[in-house]
Formats: sequence, structure tokens, C-alpha cells
Amino acid sequence: MKNILLICRKEMRSYFASPIAYAVLALFAFLFGGLAFYPNVKYIVQMGPQAQMQGQAINLNEMVIRPLLGFASTISLFLLPLITMRLFAEEKSSGTMELLLTSPVRDIEIILGKWIGALGLYTSVLAMSALNISFLFMWGKPDWKPVLVAYLGLILQGGCLLAIGAFISSLTRNQIVAGGATFFVCLILYLLSYFTAYNNSLPSQVINYLSIVTHMESFSKGVIDSKDVIFYLSMIFFALFITSRSMESLRWRA
Amino acid sequence: MIKVEGLTKRYARTVAVDNISFEVEKGQIVGFLGPNGAGKTTTMRVLTCFLPPTSGTANVAGFDVLENPMEVKKRIGYLPETPPLYLDMAVSEYLSFVGRLKGISSGDIKSRVDDVIGKCALGEVRKKLIGKLSKGFRQRVGIAQAIIHNPDVLILDEPTSGLDPKQIIEIRDLLHALAGDHTIILSTHILSEVEHSCERVIIISQGRLVAIDSVANLTNRLRGSEAVALEVEATAGQPGPGDVQVRLEQVSGVSRVVAKEPKDGRLLFEVESLQGRHIRADLARTVVQAGWNLSELRPVGLSLEDIFLQLTTAEKKAEPAESKDTGKDAPKAVAEGDKK
Repeated sequence: MKNILLICRKEMRSYFASPIAYAVLALFAFLFGGLAFYPNVKYIVQMGPQAQMQGQAINLNEMVIRPLLGFASTISLFLLPLITMRLFAEEKSSGTMELLLTSPVRDIEIILGKWIGALGLYTSVLAMSALNISFLFMWGKPDWKPVLVAYLGLILQGGCLLAIGAFISSLTRNQIVAGGATFFVCLILYLLSYFTAYNNSLPSQVINYLSIVTHMESFSKGVIDSKDVIFYLSMIFFALFITSRSMESLRWRA
Repeated sequence: MIKVEGLTKRYARTVAVDNISFEVEKGQIVGFLGPNGAGKTTTMRVLTCFLPPTSGTANVAGFDVLENPMEVKKRIGYLPETPPLYLDMAVSEYLSFVGRLKGISSGDIKSRVDDVIGKCALGEVRKKLIGKLSKGFRQRVGIAQAIIHNPDVLILDEPTSGLDPKQIIEIRDLLHALAGDHTIILSTHILSEVEHSCERVIIISQGRLVAIDSVANLTNRLRGSEAVALEVEATAGQPGPGDVQVRLEQVSGVSRVVAKEPKDGRLLFEVESLQGRHIRADLARTVVQAGWNLSELRPVGLSLEDIFLQLTTAEKKAEPAESKDTGKDAPKAVAEGDKK
């Protein structure tokens, strides 16, 4: 446990000591604030009086927050490779992997430490969006519970993709390759959920189920569905498990 | 302290280490010598639990590397060929991270970091980023990292590669200072390194152990005959080089006398003895009794370079006669090289 925290702290530190964290945060802030939050809120503000005249109250949760967080989920798909690409590839290319593997630390402690560290950065990315959304709480009265649930979903989905990214990073010593491959996988997962959404044949249903993105839906509606939670947790477990296999193979091949 | 038996490491197609056995006692400095690609790094990686052996056993401080890797890792300090440094960390920060990783408690970490910073003379750079340090400093940070948890065994893979002569001497002194408390294995392909810092040498070539002995024994064992460089002063052409050579050849136990180019009126000879004969005293007496001025008489040992080359090149099992020949040719070349 102590070792996990130690490695996690080291990861967080090196994210924030390098430009990576700031690049990811700035990119997210720009995309989320500029492309989603501002146009969306501007539209609502313009529509608001009109809607009220027609006697309809604007449901902030349904009309603003839900699409916003859906957008956050989509762009985080493309930011996550930036976070995970260095996790193992950097250690391998700089030779520090040898230090970790010859220290009295278990492989799984290294992996969990790194994954939690990456999750920490991802959480701070999400916190940027929370900053935007908190404005809605200042001027409106949205329900906070579904918002919280949606964030839980985002963190679970992110954790899942981060674990996959960590696995891919453990396969190579080249950060660009790791980042590119993770981006590709995220893109495929994203596209698959679209292609298979309106097709009811069995294979496409299976693929649709496996596509990580589709399990976000219930969360974004404010529903914690145990089947989705279990799906995410087992995917995280599986990805981290194959990462540990990959690390072990490093010892045999290196 | 370290016991290796029948160690073999096979990669997909190549055998990196082939059935190596050796033991290292507590407190010794052992040099691990071999040409590039001989299997030095692989052996060290097995000892540090980075790679598992294909067969055979390795035992460090009483713990097997396969059965008890955690215990072994706690007792080993390892400096790989490229020091494992996080370039974006400051020196003291890096050292305390490694220290914590090696299991030092948070209460002790500060004093341990201060201690190794003192030992490795890193005081002036302790707040600097490792990425901004010169190669010599980085290497020292690498060594500091290896000794931070005060391990029983230190394994250093080419600790002086790429350093300038002054830095090499500093590292060498540092190793000497550490030798008392730690058992040290260092690998190198620089021979003077071993001659200066190690008590024992393990020579491996193409994955196989070719020799394991003390530096002195190794030199003696392979030196079949004694070689002596001799200098006689000549004034106004007297004595002539021919006279001296004839006289020297008459000394009992001398097998060969080679006259060399005279330098500033000094006649230079290289005299070789028969196997196992000591000729220096007789040579000196002969020269003095003839009334000549003996200005220099010095033994020319086989350097470790020659031994190393003999052992590692040409896998053929040299016959005695053959090995004597190579033994004769080699020292001259080196002796001349040394003088220049």
C-alpha cells in the first residue's frame, strides 16, 4: 500500500512537473469551455425567456448538463492517450524500469500506483468541467444528484480507458507509438458504439456491449446501473491484469 | 555472500550465459571482465532479480533469486549500464524517492539522503535537476542511488564508462571507500579498472567462464617466463651492443635477449628467462662485473590486457608451446606502449 502511494505520488509529480498535465488541462478547458459550454449556455440564455413565456420551465439537467457531460466523455477519449502514453514507455526507454523492477516492490504495486496517478490527472481534468458547471448552480437550480452520478460514470469510463492505455504503454518503449495506438483504440471504441447502435443483429449487439462508451449512457441519465458498474470494474481489472502479464513478459524477453 | 551455480540464461535464439558458477565472499571487490556481449550484464541482471535464469541457481546473501526475490532486492544496490535517473527530478528528491522505494522508513530517509550525498560528493548539486547535470555527476547520482539503503551487495555495471580520467579516479576512490561494508561486483571491459580496484577477477567470454582468480595470481599463472627490461649506459661507443648481448646470453636461465634501438647512449635490451627461472639478480651481477653501468633493470609483467586477450580470443585450447609464444610476443608490445 505504501509503495502504491509512493509510485502514485511520483506519477502525479512528474505529470505536473512536465508540460503534459498543463497541455491536457488547457486543451480540455478550451474544448469543453469553448466548444460546448459557452455555445450551449448562450443558446439556453437566449431561449430561456421565450420558453418561459410558453410556460415551459427549462430543465437544466436534461438540456444543459447531460449533453455537456456527454461531450466531456467524448473529448476525454482523445485526451486519455496523452495521459497514458508515457506511463511505462518512458520508464522503459529511460532505463528507470530497471530501477523499479529491481526494487523490493511488487509488479502490481507499480501498475496500480501508475494507474491511480493517471486517474488523478484525469480527475483534475474533469474538475475543470466541474468549474464550468458550478456556474449553472450559481444561476440556476439543477438537481445535483444526477450530476454526481454522471461524474462517477466519467471516472469509471476514464479508469477503464486509462487501464487499456497503460497496457498499450507497457508494450512499447516508444511514447509516440503508445499514444498513437491508444488513440486508435479509443477511436475504434467510439466509432463502434455509433455503427452498432441501430443494428440489432447479434454480433453488432455484442460489439455494442463491449464498446466502453455505451455503458456511459445510464450514468449520464443519472442512473447507477450495477451491470454497468460491474462492466467497468471488470474491464479495469482485466486491463490491469494483462498489463501485469505484459510486465512479467518484460523480464523474460528484455 | 553471492553464490552462483550452473547459471544459464537463454534468449530466443542465443545463449547469453552458459553454465557459469562462482562465489564471492563478503567484503570483496570483484571485477567482472569480458568483451562486449560476453554476458556480463545478463549475469548481473539475474543477480538483481531483473531476469530469471533459464536454469541454475543464484543466491544472494542466503536468498535465492527465484524463490525470494523480495529479500534479495532489499539487499542489493544496482547501478545499471545507463543510470536509471528521472531527469525531471532534483537530486535529493530523486534519492529520497529511491530510498523510500527500497524500503527506508520516512523517519530515516532524510539522514540517509544526506549521508549518500556526502559520500558521493553531490552536495553542490543536491537541489539541481538531474537532467541538467553532467555525465560524471549523473553517474555519481547513480551510485548514490545504489547505496542509499546500505545494501550488503553492490552490483555496478560499467560504473566508469564514458567518464573522463579525473572522474574515473574519483569513482574508483569512492568504490574503495565503500568496499569495507559492501560486497561489490563491478563489470567493465576496461582492464586497468580491474587492476586498480578489484581483488578478484571473473573473466567471461561468449557466455562462458574462462578464469576466476585474484589479479596477482592470474598474472603469475599466465606468466610462464619472466621478462626483464635492461638498460646499460654506454660512453663513447663502449661497450658495443654486441658485447653486452653476448654476455647476457651467457647468463644461466636466459632464453632470449632482444636488443632494441639504443637511446641517447643507453643500450636497451629485453631479456626473457626460461620457464620458472629468476634471472634478475644474475643479470645485474653480470653487467656490473663486466664494469658497465647498469642504469635500469625492471621486470616486465604480462599485463592484464595480454591475459585477457589470451583467454578471450581464439577459443582453441592453446598448447603449452603455443601459449608460450604468444606470451613472449605480447609483453614487449605492451611494455613499449606503457613507456610512451
